[in-house]
Amino acid sequence: MIEKLHEKLIKGELKSSDLVKESIAKSKEFQDKYNMYVTLLDNVEDVEITDSLLSGIPYACKDNFSTAGILSTGSSNILKDYVPFFDATVIKKLKKNNAVMIGKTVLDELAMGGTGTTGHTGIVRNPWDETRLIGGSSAGSAAAVALGVVPYALGSDTGDSIRKPAFYGGIVGFKPTYGLISRFGLFPFACSLDHVGCFTRSVRDAAIVTDAIKGKDERDMTSVDTKDSILEKLTGDIKGKKLFYIKEIVDKDNYKDDTDEELEAILDNFSEMVKKYKELGATVEGISFNKDLLKAIFPTYFTISCAEATSNNSNLTGLIFGPRAEGTKTSEMMFNARTQGFSELIKRRFVIGSYVLQKENQEKLFLNAQRIRRMIVDRMTELYKTYDAMILPGGGSVAPKFKSENLDKLSDRYLLLENHMAIANFGGFPSVTIPCGFVKEMPIGLSITGPIFKDGEVLNIAYALENTMDYVGQVAKEGK
Amino acid sequence: MKYVATIGLEIHCSVKTNTKMFSPSKNGYNEMPNTNVNEIDLAFPGVLPVANMEGIKKAIKMASALNCKIPEYFIFDRKNYYYPDLPKGFQITQNDYPIGTNGYVDIYVSKEHKRIAIHDIHLEEDTASLDHYDTYTLIDYNRCGVPLLETVTEPCIHSGDEALAFLDALKRIFIYCGVSDARTELGQMRVDVNISLAEENAKELGTKVEIKNVGSFYNVKEAIDYEIKRQTEILESGGKLIQETRRFDENTKTTIHMREKVEAVDYKYFKEPNIPPLRITKELVDSIKKTIPVLQFERLKKYYEEYNLPEVDATTIVKDKDIADYYEKVACMTDPILACNWLNGNVLSVLNKELITINEFKISPENLAALINEVVNGNISSKQAKLVFDKMLEDNKDPKQIIKDLGMTQITDENVLRPMVVKLIEDNMDTVEEYKKGRNVFNFFVGQIMKQTKGTANPSVVAKIFKEEVEKR
Repeated sequence: MIEKLHEKLIKGELKSSDLVKESIAKSKEFQDKYNMYVTLLDNVEDVEITDSLLSGIPYACKDNFSTAGILSTGSSNILKDYVPFFDATVIKKLKKNNAVMIGKTVLDELAMGGTGTTGHTGIVRNPWDETRLIGGSSAGSAAAVALGVVPYALGSDTGDSIRKPAFYGGIVGFKPTYGLISRFGLFPFACSLDHVGCFTRSVRDAAIVTDAIKGKDERDMTSVDTKDSILEKLTGDIKGKKLFYIKEIVDKDNYKDDTDEELEAILDNFSEMVKKYKELGATVEGISFNKDLLKAIFPTYFTISCAEATSNNSNLTGLIFGPRAEGTKTSEMMFNARTQGFSELIKRRFVIGSYVLQKENQEKLFLNAQRIRRMIVDRMTELYKTYDAMILPGGGSVAPKFKSENLDKLSDRYLLLENHMAIANFGGFPSVTIPCGFVKEMPIGLSITGPIFKDGEVLNIAYALENTMDYVGQVAKEGK
Repeated sequence: MKYVATIGLEIHCSVKTNTKMFSPSKNGYNEMPNTNVNEIDLAFPGVLPVANMEGIKKAIKMASALNCKIPEYFIFDRKNYYYPDLPKGFQITQNDYPIGTNGYVDIYVSKEHKRIAIHDIHLEEDTASLDHYDTYTLIDYNRCGVPLLETVTEPCIHSGDEALAFLDALKRIFIYCGVSDARTELGQMRVDVNISLAEENAKELGTKVEIKNVGSFYNVKEAIDYEIKRQTEILESGGKLIQETRRFDENTKTTIHMREKVEAVDYKYFKEPNIPPLRITKELVDSIKKTIPVLQFERLKKYYEEYNLPEVDATTIVKDKDIADYYEKVACMTDPILACNWLNGNVLSVLNKELITINEFKISPENLAALINEVVNGNISSKQAKLVFDKMLEDNKDPKQIIKDLGMTQITDENVLRPMVVKLIEDNMDTVEEYKKGRNVFNFFVGQIMKQTKGTANPSVVAKIFKEEVEKR
């Protein structure tokens, strides 16, 4: 799709300014109903069409990236008027590619949340069914891409914040290896888990966008240099590739007492995908993974992410930037700014983060969580000695209704099916979700996760499967 | 009852680097307020720390100089707390794996050797500086993020003098290693003192009192002396000490209560996730160690034991590494004590007068040694030597050449001097009588001969002849 647009732009069959105008117009059209944007830009400068595949093509950016001169709120009241004076490294790179940003998208407040309902400018709706959520935290970016108003959007992924909304929105969501893309300028949630990534409507597009924004950044010590093109790895040939899935997560027997049609359909779809992969010449094996470890993914993720988040967000005091609160002492001003600026959900996470870091709790909670993280990553690394990638359903249900009852957070169904994608954040593994079918007329997706620095290989495994289906360029009904 | 003081020191010293520890802002915190500040120092959303390798190398150098054990990895931690001088809401420091642990510093306390144990030394970033006024506070973020090395001693110091000697030695190590200028008057070195008193031979330490942020070393000594006196008085009168934080008041030379020590603050330390652990290879440590010069203690040891220099002279020389280097070059070519006298006298006065460093000083160590040797060998007098020295200052000429040019040789020939002495004695027989009665008129005679010879007579030869001639009469 991006390649096709590029071809038309190069040939002059399409003008970038028209493409951008159309994108903005469509965005405006859907904004009221779906609330994708915090900020939609009006006057976007014309750019030159260059060799870069992204030149002249519009994109949307999650509102937790620092954009010079453009409001960057993190969807939180504590930054509601904050206009940065510097660009995130990815924004700089996209500017160099003459990519055109048309807006900043809504997220769950400060990227903490998975529903797309906690941003300070309101909830984001799912373009496939407005009574359902799109998921989060990169909610607006997912909705914009699913609506087809932009070919791609930037997101960030700390637990599954790109890949889960991609699953709910029937699009591609890719989070590459930790360090492949600089985090400089990304508002941190939990920096050891935070990844920059993208939403697209094809695997090739995900490779193109990632190629454009990856690379060593002097401003991010955790960034790494990889000059290899990911796009070139997409051959579609996966003969002899060895894939595995975790039996404890996909075997129906696990959910005997807690199942429904939806889950059955999702697991059946997964079996189909396994079959497809076998037809493509790959081997697929079910392996066993310690169930206690799997059930510990969510508490581990929550413990580590809240701990890092409470520290990372300590700069939000309103003293130097953002709305400054009244007070007779600086401590009072900080206290008031934070009391007024954060929603209850955020405060709850900060309290939990603070609690697990306290001296008397740190060993038992925070450090044990780190150990579990290490055990899970070690097991994965061991598996990757044999296998090229792990495939799993990207979730255990379709996008929930806004008013649906919450899943029991202690159930296997929740702990196993809804949280396994955080494994990729624990180990920094490249991980992609691609659309692979429909259940109850809602899209579902497949999650593919590989060893670090095998980003091209992982996307190629996704690409091969994508080629057997009709979801490339898929746009939600509303957007058509 | 006799009480023993036990003192531990915590010393913060800013590290000399071009840029800050985790940001490319200039490390220049004494410049116009808030001019060396960027988005990282102010913790704008999304910024990341990038560790300054120069700061890291200097930390390793200092840890090596303090004979510390160095860990396998350089690892930073976060120390979390809210204060306006800390925009991030946390300080990047080292908690679990300081760059140096279990070290020591050898010092002299009035020529007595003492070993001060170092608990640890760690690298961190400084906070902004705050200026409090009645109704407002001014914040200068220039200092925010400046690399800082914190040295923590074991509680092994027992007096103000020991503390002073240690602090001076530590300061010299910082300077010798080029890690810091360590200028207390610019706030580059700040000291916290922990002090407790206990009965002699008591197994446990007494109640700890902390004296925060003492600005000069001499104040540290005075604060300690005062605390020992204050605490002794309380204990002797049967009172109890409280665990508290005090500050030193320069005007009254006393310490003043600030706050009672409550439950220690929980800083919720954890590893800094944005800075990957940096492998500290043996090669790196070795290459850094090679750049550490001979330190003050080694030099003093040599000066005391080999050269027999007095303490005051020895300590003056080692204050400046370059001067000590210069001295040692001279000392190995001539008499070390004379070399010391020349250096601390004539040379230093030239440096002070012309406001130059020893490296800009015209006379080479070889030529100064040659000049001193001319005196030692009796070829010229000290007085002549000073004249030659002044000439040498102009162009560092070979002193032998100058002596020759000025026709300046010393008269040591007894055949020349004896008739002069004999005549002088004969002309002044009454004075000789007084000499015999015990009056010291010796200098008068030598002085007269020096006058007659325009200072070229060798005074010791003159003295010898005088004694011989007087004996005869």
